[in-house]
Amino acid sequence: MAITGISTGKYNLREYLAFIGASLLEDGKSVFVGTGLPIVAAMLAQKTHAPDLLIVFEAGGTGPQMPELAISVGESRTFHKGVAASSMHDVMSLSQAGYIDYGFLGAAQMDAYGNINTTAIGDHDQPKVRLPGSGGANDVASFSCRLITIIAGQSARTFVDKVDFLTTPGYLSGPGAREAAGLPRATGPYRVVTQLAVYSFDEATKRLKLVSLHPGVTLDEVKENSMFDIIIPDDIATSPEPDARHLELLRQEIDPAGIVLGK
Amino acid sequence: MEVIQEGNGDLIGWHDPDEARDWVITNKSRALIDKRMTAAEAVSKFIDDGSFIASGGFGHVRVSMALIYELIRQRKQRLILAGKTAVHDCDILVGSGCVDRVEVAYSFGHELRGLSPASRRMVQSGQCKVVAEISNAAYQWRFLAGMMGIPFIPCRTMLGTDTLNYSSCKVVKDPFSGKPVNLVPAAYPDAALIHVHRCDIHGNAQIDGIMVEDFELARCARRTIITTEEIVATEIIRREPWKTVIPYFVVDAVVETPFGSHPCEMPGAYYYDEDHIAEWLRLSKTQKGGAEYLNKYVFGVADFEEYLEICGGIKQLNYLRRREALREPMTAPWRKEG
Repeated sequence: MAITGISTGKYNLREYLAFIGASLLEDGKSVFVGTGLPIVAAMLAQKTHAPDLLIVFEAGGTGPQMPELAISVGESRTFHKGVAASSMHDVMSLSQAGYIDYGFLGAAQMDAYGNINTTAIGDHDQPKVRLPGSGGANDVASFSCRLITIIAGQSARTFVDKVDFLTTPGYLSGPGAREAAGLPRATGPYRVVTQLAVYSFDEATKRLKLVSLHPGVTLDEVKENSMFDIIIPDDIATSPEPDARHLELLRQEIDPAGIVLGK
Repeated sequence: MEVIQEGNGDLIGWHDPDEARDWVITNKSRALIDKRMTAAEAVSKFIDDGSFIASGGFGHVRVSMALIYELIRQRKQRLILAGKTAVHDCDILVGSGCVDRVEVAYSFGHELRGLSPASRRMVQSGQCKVVAEISNAAYQWRFLAGMMGIPFIPCRTMLGTDTLNYSSCKVVKDPFSGKPVNLVPAAYPDAALIHVHRCDIHGNAQIDGIMVEDFELARCARRTIITTEEIVATEIIRREPWKTVIPYFVVDAVVETPFGSHPCEMPGAYYYDEDHIAEWLRLSKTQKGGAEYLNKYVFGVADFEEYLEICGGIKQLNYLRRREALREPMTAPWRKEG
């Protein structure tokens, strides 16, 4: 079931996800990044096709050229050679006012409308597993024009009918629900990247829709690894593959210690 | 304004704006006095059992760990913590039993380093209670409302989610646009613990790099305790007053504590002590291990200087300086802890 390039040893899953994430970002646009793979993907995009990608961190780091991987979204690497080092009030206000094109998050559990849970598995007050909570994720998903989410482990346990706790808004209950709740218009989930495929959201129903299968992955695998029905279009593309340059940047420059990308 | 929805979380640290003004007028001196004291004095003077406290910085960055360890050393009880991306401070305060309630934006995790075993154990066993959920942006706007002396700030985050359902926010119909808007209530922590790069003996403080939300936090808290890498002459502050991000009249105590953020990062000065963080994450997997850590690094030492000595002293601190300056490679010892 593995992606061809992984079974042949060309790259590992996390390297591939970072590459796919990077490929979704555009030069000359802004991206608000969360910890882990989103940072790696934004760094890769900036070093390849998007040198003028404006990277924004929630604690105030603005427009950095990062010398190495940031472990925390509040550390000094997040404003290294930046254009500004301000505050959370500043970057969150600018986001709310419309300055953020892409939001970029990691997640563990999601429903068909792209709603995310990072708060608790099981009951909120007596949780089976207590997770960290929203952090800045709810804000990024509320304010960004286009939200990209990476879920490294798509399965029938992580693609669920109903999230245990709706931490971060996707399209909530469907078309018009974000606007009805008071969220800024023309915002919401744009792409979801998993170990199997890239997804978008159907214009009419706001439900998850397949865009491309990763090379070597079958349609059945996508369907089996979800509790809800995924919309399958007539034309299914194949996700792109990294070349030697991408892999060299990831391994030599961005994360040589393998902190995010290691096995 | 019509209230459309109310979160069911506990309203922590809110005061009527007139009551908040009265408190400031009565308790915050404008006198330019010497506020230096030890961490032990500051904690015993300004933090009572049951206090609502908030750390400056963000996650593992620019946190006043010297004050956090002192809270534990003095065995403070029933504290409420602002989980405004509280990472190591939250984990160790909850794990040690000092904090039993948290308002959570981000807590019980160590960002890239994984989840925090000690505090998760306390929450999952019911010994520590999550009294409200909130988002990072909304939390710092609670502080902004507090510093402005107004009852709430309207914003457009958290809407439509369980994060709002479990918060202390209220959704109303905005009388201007007619759209639903989220009102986040003001917060006035009983004490803010903030580590800075330099300040004078009165508390006029400079911070290098991002402010995170310390501009607002220092001003809304009833008591603001500053720990500082160094004390500088007031003349230096007055030469470039635009660099003062926290003015003396909101500050109650000044504690000179070089490396006071260890094992957290101090931007431009020193990097995280990953070995130390890994040791905590490894030991705190069990209650016994957590106690072993506290006995060694908190109860077993007289003060923060002694703590730094057993953390490797000048050799390790110099390494952390080089690491911050990108002159040493990254390491991730906690990855092996799995």
